[in-house]
Amino acid sequence: MIRERDVKQRFSKKSRYLFGWYSCTWGTALMVALPVLSVFYLALFPKENIWGHLAETVLPVYITTTLALMLGVGALSIATGVCGAWLVTMCRFPGRRIFEWALLLPFAVPAYVIAYVYTDLLEYSGAVQIFLRELFGWQTARDYWFPDIRTLGGAILMLAMVLYPYIYLLARASFLEQSTTIHDASRTLGCTPWQSFYRVSLPIARPAIAVGLSLVSMETINDFGTVDYFAVKSMSAGIYDTWLNMSNLGGAAQIASMMMIFVVILISLERLARTKQRQFHSSDRFKTLTGYRLSGWRAWGATLLCGLPVVTGFVIPVWILAGYALSNLDQLWTSNFITHASHSFLLSSCAALLTIVVALLLAYSKRLHKTQSLKIAAQFSSLGYAMPGAVLAIGVIIPLAAFDNFIDALMEEFFNLSTGLLLSGTAFAVVFAYVVRFLAVSVGSVESSLNKITESMDMASRSLGHSPLQTLTKVHLPLIKGGILTAALVVFVDCMKELPATLILRPFNYDTLATYVYQYASDEMLEACSLAALLIVLVGIIPVILLSRTISATRESN
Amino acid sequence: MRKPFKQQIKKLAFIALPLTIAANSASAADEVNIYSYRQQFLIQPMLDAFTADTGIKTNVVFAKKGLIERLEHEGKNSPADIVLTSDIGPLYDVVEKGLTQPVESEILTGNIPAHYRDPANQWFGLTSRTRLIYASKDRVAEGEIKSYEELADPKWKGRICTRSGKHSYNLSLIGSMIAHHGEAEAEQWLEGVKANLARKPQGNDRAQVKAVKEGVCDIALGNSYYFGKMITNEKQPEQKEWANAVNLVFPNQDDRGAHMSISGAALTKYAPNKESAVKLMEFLSEAQAQSMYAEANFEFPVRPGTPRSELLNKYMGDFKQDSINLQKVAELRAQAARMADKVGFDN
Repeated sequence: MIRERDVKQRFSKKSRYLFGWYSCTWGTALMVALPVLSVFYLALFPKENIWGHLAETVLPVYITTTLALMLGVGALSIATGVCGAWLVTMCRFPGRRIFEWALLLPFAVPAYVIAYVYTDLLEYSGAVQIFLRELFGWQTARDYWFPDIRTLGGAILMLAMVLYPYIYLLARASFLEQSTTIHDASRTLGCTPWQSFYRVSLPIARPAIAVGLSLVSMETINDFGTVDYFAVKSMSAGIYDTWLNMSNLGGAAQIASMMMIFVVILISLERLARTKQRQFHSSDRFKTLTGYRLSGWRAWGATLLCGLPVVTGFVIPVWILAGYALSNLDQLWTSNFITHASHSFLLSSCAALLTIVVALLLAYSKRLHKTQSLKIAAQFSSLGYAMPGAVLAIGVIIPLAAFDNFIDALMEEFFNLSTGLLLSGTAFAVVFAYVVRFLAVSVGSVESSLNKITESMDMASRSLGHSPLQTLTKVHLPLIKGGILTAALVVFVDCMKELPATLILRPFNYDTLATYVYQYASDEMLEACSLAALLIVLVGIIPVILLSRTISATRESN
Repeated sequence: MRKPFKQQIKKLAFIALPLTIAANSASAADEVNIYSYRQQFLIQPMLDAFTADTGIKTNVVFAKKGLIERLEHEGKNSPADIVLTSDIGPLYDVVEKGLTQPVESEILTGNIPAHYRDPANQWFGLTSRTRLIYASKDRVAEGEIKSYEELADPKWKGRICTRSGKHSYNLSLIGSMIAHHGEAEAEQWLEGVKANLARKPQGNDRAQVKAVKEGVCDIALGNSYYFGKMITNEKQPEQKEWANAVNLVFPNQDDRGAHMSISGAALTKYAPNKESAVKLMEFLSEAQAQSMYAEANFEFPVRPGTPRSELLNKYMGDFKQDSINLQKVAELRAQAARMADKVGFDN
């Protein structure tokens, strides 16, 4: 009898424990998915059906432009990111040590800022064309041809310039982790260095590159600042047009939902293709890479190839911003700046910390209990990344305001006390939006780090008497520190740059560096906000450099 | 081992709590809370003057989209008192959604002419501007173009620059064309303008004047205050050159007058600081704020008899203004947007 009760108790304890994990995981996933669900909900109630009108008029343009944009930015980012990662990891040439981290620098430059800067530089009254006119004696724009920066091509170039670091980052981490033996084996089997890159290393790095590419694609599809400024009619232009000019938020939500489903299909297809691949690491993966020593034109070619994205994506914009900032420094430097910067810093840090906690919860519970349900929960919670920021902001407002008003009504009824809005219009709302928006970044990173730890470690730890939580803190966390840090820093920088959701959700009199820049830049007054723009970039550099060091350390510490 | 987690959470609470409290305290007494579609730096001088005058503090959130939706979902607990806009579009939307309340104020109705306010006093225009034709001094003779209608004349083929047809300023203009000429004629006109464009619509109004100076096109559409901003620009003196390259054409002086648009304000339905909010709206319609607007942003005061800035007098004397009620224009905006799609204005 006693035994039976024991078993029963144990059983109920286990099921309670399982229930705990499930409810905790799903609860978190649902909370994070609430804004996305709200947008779906909006899509159910459009003011009128816009699809007929769109299909007849602008939809084909929106679709082809968006596809061209995604393809162009994707291809250019892969070329730059993979090429850079391979060169700095596997080759030795002048400047390699600098490029290791410098190639990440453009990541700190917001796309809208780089678009403003290059328009300023390359348009008719910009420095480049003035120089050319003086050189050749041309008088007006009709005397010569100069490529127009405000075009689809220009937008592709601008976006690729600042988005390729996603791919660089992940490809480099993958190249660094690849076993040298595989590489050596391919060489002894007669592969040239090029073949061994193309036939061995690249396929192994494919999952990492694919993750990077999906981040790049989602950023591209959701970009509004650049495409709007360049008059490129992409889907996101269509969303805002339907929402603001036709006053049809439901219709806009429909376009946004459709775009999101499209992105989700793309990602699932890629995941499906990847499940067939399994990777193994041999024990000597930390053997120092010797690398190919490049010489002569090859060496300088490599330097040039790595230098180009750094100069165009970072040095030139920073140079121009610094020029403006220095010449107006006395007017620009006010105490407000410290406030704006501290707001940016606080919000971004909170969001980075929270996304890590949530990502850990989701990834770890998925590892502990390999059920379909928990897998779906993790994927579900990452949807926010595939949604344009401003639309997502509305999605954030809906549940938060509903919650606030519910509590208020409750308190009013029972205590005759009005609590007002507790969460809406506070910094919490902004941080919540950041978490929803960027959780995908940290879930991806944490999950892939966790997956690299063999399960025998878990078993050993558990058989030595550790609880799952202790196993996580004592075994897993120290091992995936690098991945966690990467995730935290990427989210931090992304939040620093985030604009539309911050604008809509922030409290009264509450500016961040990004919103401050936008105020002026949207009126084409770059000189008035140069210092703030520069500050965003500079604050973004710090984590970028830290990040790069951590990644290099994964190999070089041995 | 649980310590780090606890510490993290404590830290988080430590950071988040004061933020929340600080944000909530924005709804204390003697304050006005503003959801603004106008950039803060543009309205701050007037708001500062109001605070200096009355001791009432103002709080602002600026965004170019989404604030109406925020107001809508916050419902009766929303802290917002006033919605400030840079165009009739959002003003019309916020009223349509039933998020405003009428203001019965003799000061407001006395200061603001009837065609610049809602028939039911739900919204009020605070400044006005006209959509000008900027014509090249070198390549367009005086009197060669006199009306919006003439923009569709084939003689301008490849010579016109404008910003996106979907921008609210152009939508208002298209809306007024529909109001005056009916849909079919307006569409024909828009097609004609599209056919005359020198390049794909891009950039803001200032960029169009620059394009005239650069020789990309000969005439451009732009709001009047941009001229003032350019001709007085000490920080970027090249903008003075852009402004000096064009003549200002006030369209349709022989018939209905130039198309006007407004920036304006509406009182929210549940405004918690209603009294102060109405005070602010009244303040913005009075002579001092009206001339400040005009001085700082080169807009036209809506209040008749307000002295205009010297600069406006110098370059833009009295001209005939279209006195169609903007409510009508606003109603036609969605239709105008569809029309722009239909003729592929931006493609």
